Amino acid sequence: MLEVSEIHTYYGLSHILFGVSLEVSRGECVCLLGRNGAGKSTTMRSIMGLTPPKRGYVRFQGVTCTGEKPYLLVRRGMGYVPDDRRVFADLTVGENLEISARNFTEGGWDKERVYAFFPALEKIDHRRAGFLSGGEQQMLTIGRALMTNPELLLLDEPTEGLAPLIVQMLEEQIHALKKSGLTVLLAEQNLSVALRLSDRGYVIDNGVIRYHGSAEELQKNEAVRRKYLCV
Amino acid sequence: MDFASNITAAALFQQVLVGLSRTTILFIVSSGLSLVLGVLRIPNVAHGSLYMIGAFLTYTIAAAVGPGAFGFWIALVLAPLGVALLSFAAERGLFCHLYEREHLMLLLFTFSMTLVFNDLVKLIWGSDYRSFTAPGFLQGSFDVFGLPFPRYNLFLLLIGPLVAFGLWFLTNRTKIGKIARAAAVDREMVGAVGINVSWIFAATFVIGCYLAGLGGALVAPTQNITQGMDHTIIIEAFLIVIIGGLGNIWGALLGALIFGLTDSLGILIWPQFAIVFPYVAVVIVLLFRPKGLLKSTW
Repeated sequence: MLEVSEIHTYYGLSHILFGVSLEVSRGECVCLLGRNGAGKSTTMRSIMGLTPPKRGYVRFQGVTCTGEKPYLLVRRGMGYVPDDRRVFADLTVGENLEISARNFTEGGWDKERVYAFFPALEKIDHRRAGFLSGGEQQMLTIGRALMTNPELLLLDEPTEGLAPLIVQMLEEQIHALKKSGLTVLLAEQNLSVALRLSDRGYVIDNGVIRYHGSAEELQKNEAVRRKYLCV
Repeated sequence: MDFASNITAAALFQQVLVGLSRTTILFIVSSGLSLVLGVLRIPNVAHGSLYMIGAFLTYTIAAAVGPGAFGFWIALVLAPLGVALLSFAAERGLFCHLYEREHLMLLLFTFSMTLVFNDLVKLIWGSDYRSFTAPGFLQGSFDVFGLPFPRYNLFLLLIGPLVAFGLWFLTNRTKIGKIARAAAVDREMVGAVGINVSWIFAATFVIGCYLAGLGGALVAPTQNITQGMDHTIIIEAFLIVIIGGLGNIWGALLGALIFGLTDSLGILIWPQFAIVFPYVAVVIVLLFRPKGLLKSTW
């Protein structure tokens, strides 16, 4: 479904990604593991067209869409959850979801379904998103991405900086999304959560993919984990 | 006249009303400026030129349609729309390619637009001033505690709240308004939920410029329509937006109130120095609230 091939991405003059390649098939959950600053978020941003790669290509559902405008990628079926959450702070929870509604078809995601999926959000429908807790904001950013009815969800560190109980709840919900057939690319530092959720994993370090294998292989390969993930 | 020699309750009330009608014009123009500044991050110096064009267009349309109330109403509707159309062309043709540039570039660019617009006005209308009068039922004045109050000002006092309500409705109750508010804070993320920000920006820019045109159309019967009316208004509008809080429409309302009321009460208190009062008010506000009275979107 998603094919990223040899992409090189820059922030201004600094070269961040050095030929990153990865693939995600339909229905899979694939994780991208790496330390802070390894290039996880940049990879996500490159796929999403927010920081278009200078070289290499991104192919989504068989169409090459390298550097296409983010809003067009969303209409093609990519959903994006940024690592720093970035809820629309001035709008209420409900408004955040409403303005994100897109690509709706029968049985797809609408506000009611998002509220059924994250019941905590329904109770704060009228609250301004700027006044939410970290966990609530994370539910909202995921809900907002679901409102665009994606076929591929790019989840950038959804558990970062959240309390263990919230992390556990989010893990269950992401698992439910995966079971419902959604394809997920998950960037994570939290190895245990990522490996429980994923089928396969890539390990990125200094902008280069260092390792690629199934979740079990990664679980067993202590050398890689120690070298690139410090665990 | 001596300092504060002519203050009576009636005169005070009259000047408050005059100040409030001035506030209406200032609010309409500066809320448009603030909208563009808040959502698109463009300090649009050409906003004043659009106000001037709005006034000239009102004159021309009213003259073309013919005297009487009908021409006035037609002009009041069409002139701001003409300004909106002009701004739409400017946005799609020029501005939309510049959003990623730094503020200095945008400032210089909008400044160059003022030169273009001003020459356009000179080409079309020449350098003479124009004037036209409001239709009969808005002319003349009526008594407020024994002092005359122009009817047209009363009309402005009715328009002001209407525009304020319209803006509130637009920003809080419509989808485009909500998206614009989101884009003001995080335009990248608005794109990442599938919204074509470019069209939201175009719409916001056009609405902002429409307000400049509306301000010009409303002010047209009250003063001479001249080259140079753009300079005065743009300075006042920027000051209002700054003391109100950049990008905050209610800040623009508050700023316009402060500016309009200090202006009109200044005339009562110390006529020779009346022009100083609003500026002193601006300085005082900025001393205590350097970022403006209400929350800025910057």
